[in-house]
Amino acid sequence: MTAVRCIDLCRTYYQGDQAIKALDHVNLEIQESGFVCLSAPSGGGKTTLLNAIGGLDRPDSGEIWVAGRRIDNLSKGQLAKLRLHQIGFVFQAYNLIPVLSARENVEFVMQIQGVPADKRADQANAILDEVGLKGLEDRRPADMSGGQQQRVAVARAIVSRPALVLADEPTANLDSHSADGLMELFVELNQHHGTTFVIATHDQRVMAYAKRLIRMLDGRIVDDIDQQAA
Amino acid sequence: MRQLQILAILAWRNLWRNHRRTLIMISAVTIGVWAMIFMTALMRGMVNEMLRDGIQVLPGHVQIHHPDYRDDPSINNLIPGTEDELESIFGGQEFEAWAGRVRVPAVITSERESRGITLLGIDPIAEAPISFVFDDIVEGRFLKDGADSGVVIGRKMVDKLDTRLGKRVVLMSQDPENEIADRGFRVVGIFDSDPDSHEETFVFAGKETIQKMLGVEDRVTEVVFLGQDIRNVEALLKKVSGLTDSSLDVEPWYELDTYLGAMVKMMDGFVLVWVIVIFLALSFGLVNTLVMAVFERIREIGLMLALGMPPVNIVGQVIVESLALLTIGLALGNALAWLAVVTLEDGIDISAVAQGMEMMGASSVLYPVLHMTDVITANIVVLVLGFLASLSPAWRASRYQPVEAITKV
Repeated sequence: MTAVRCIDLCRTYYQGDQAIKALDHVNLEIQESGFVCLSAPSGGGKTTLLNAIGGLDRPDSGEIWVAGRRIDNLSKGQLAKLRLHQIGFVFQAYNLIPVLSARENVEFVMQIQGVPADKRADQANAILDEVGLKGLEDRRPADMSGGQQQRVAVARAIVSRPALVLADEPTANLDSHSADGLMELFVELNQHHGTTFVIATHDQRVMAYAKRLIRMLDGRIVDDIDQQAA
Repeated sequence: MRQLQILAILAWRNLWRNHRRTLIMISAVTIGVWAMIFMTALMRGMVNEMLRDGIQVLPGHVQIHHPDYRDDPSINNLIPGTEDELESIFGGQEFEAWAGRVRVPAVITSERESRGITLLGIDPIAEAPISFVFDDIVEGRFLKDGADSGVVIGRKMVDKLDTRLGKRVVLMSQDPENEIADRGFRVVGIFDSDPDSHEETFVFAGKETIQKMLGVEDRVTEVVFLGQDIRNVEALLKKVSGLTDSSLDVEPWYELDTYLGAMVKMMDGFVLVWVIVIFLALSFGLVNTLVMAVFERIREIGLMLALGMPPVNIVGQVIVESLALLTIGLALGNALAWLAVVTLEDGIDISAVAQGMEMMGASSVLYPVLHMTDVITANIVVLVLGFLASLSPAWRASRYQPVEAITKV
């Protein structure tokens, strides 16, 4: 079944009088349990595409379908609900809530979802354990390293078992050891839980983990490689 | 409920991210609330004193007069009917107190000076619950009964007339035939009053003695009634009107002393205006604090929106933050105001400006009076207006586009 489908997607930004085509008639289909890397140089459109798929940004034209539902015409509230229940985000710059501890950050999404407190705590502790942060649950982001913060962000993205995880340069601020650990975690989740991953990156090591590699340039898909077949 | 919990946690922790700013804002709210409540308590106290003084010296709660008396308060405008007839009408009724008086303009003369005064011929037993002067005798005694041949004058009048306790003075007024009626009286008592102006205005003598002097047998110029609640005299007014000949004037205190009546009425409106004005000054600081707090957290707000927090929850978070700030300020401000009122319950001497106050009929000692309605009004105004003031930054925060907010540096 199709997890994500983009049809003729266009998005143009303006810098003064200059128009920049961030997405230029993009057509894309990603199957469930896919593990896809979007690769492009800076300004190539990968983050814009990721944001559009996640309902964080609206395309100028075209259609976006997530889990069989068209989302480009949804309201802000409907998009928020979609993100809350079906999509997990991992951002480049950790993006944790600084006043909350690691556990509270992980619980945050579940709390908005209305998950009872005891279940929330159990799930948060289990997932923090899974990402290797046992014993650091009560630390606040400021007291954690970059790698640890990114793991918290990953834990938060996957704790409620979303069908789709969108990760934007998840290893950009990590050392190679932490980056490998994170990617192995993604692979494990993909294989054991069937979570679909779409990862925007220009890190060759990350691309090596992907089943499918999509290269973009100037807002267009220029290459789509099935790495498993290769 | 669960969402409210996370909003409360976020709001509370965000408040203490910038301790100094939060403490300054809490201090401002505390001082503002204290000022609202304490200044209102002072004003209430001042008006209460004015009421007490005004009502006890002059009108009671309701009075009956001859219809021409207020234009010409002379002995010619007596209330028709003898005192026995008045007793038969009002004596069997339930009033807190009532009394007939002879009240006329007169002149008091010592061997050295003369002064124009208001002469009150009273029955001290019937007047006891109504008039102020019984508790304020500083020398000598008050009148024993309506037939007492002595006179009670104010301390200032003693100075003006250059007389003293035990000396004789002459009271002079007009009788119903417009002839001079006068008589010598011994000063048997000297009273002190607050405000001082009463000491120069009123002279008290026995009612029967004055009736004899003026040749009006047992007739009076006014009948005064005291009810239970000065702010609610309508029932008393209706009752007295029902018992009184319709040709006579029956008037409540606020018509007899229109200044005092207007003052009390104005006070209720003034409290609200006062509270709102202080809050408006506060609201600039509050909105500024919230706007800054929101501005500093654009990325976080974008993140929360990106993670699926509904925009309405972002509004909720900013409002909860504002309400937490206000609630702490309110609690401290209320406590401080209560403490100030309790500490100063024996009165604040403002005699340095008492001359000005007396012109308004107020006392030179202010007794702050805490009305629960004023406290509730101040608290409600702060919470409601605080809520409204926080809507703008809250709405602004909820309108951020997640993708733009999250990339803000």
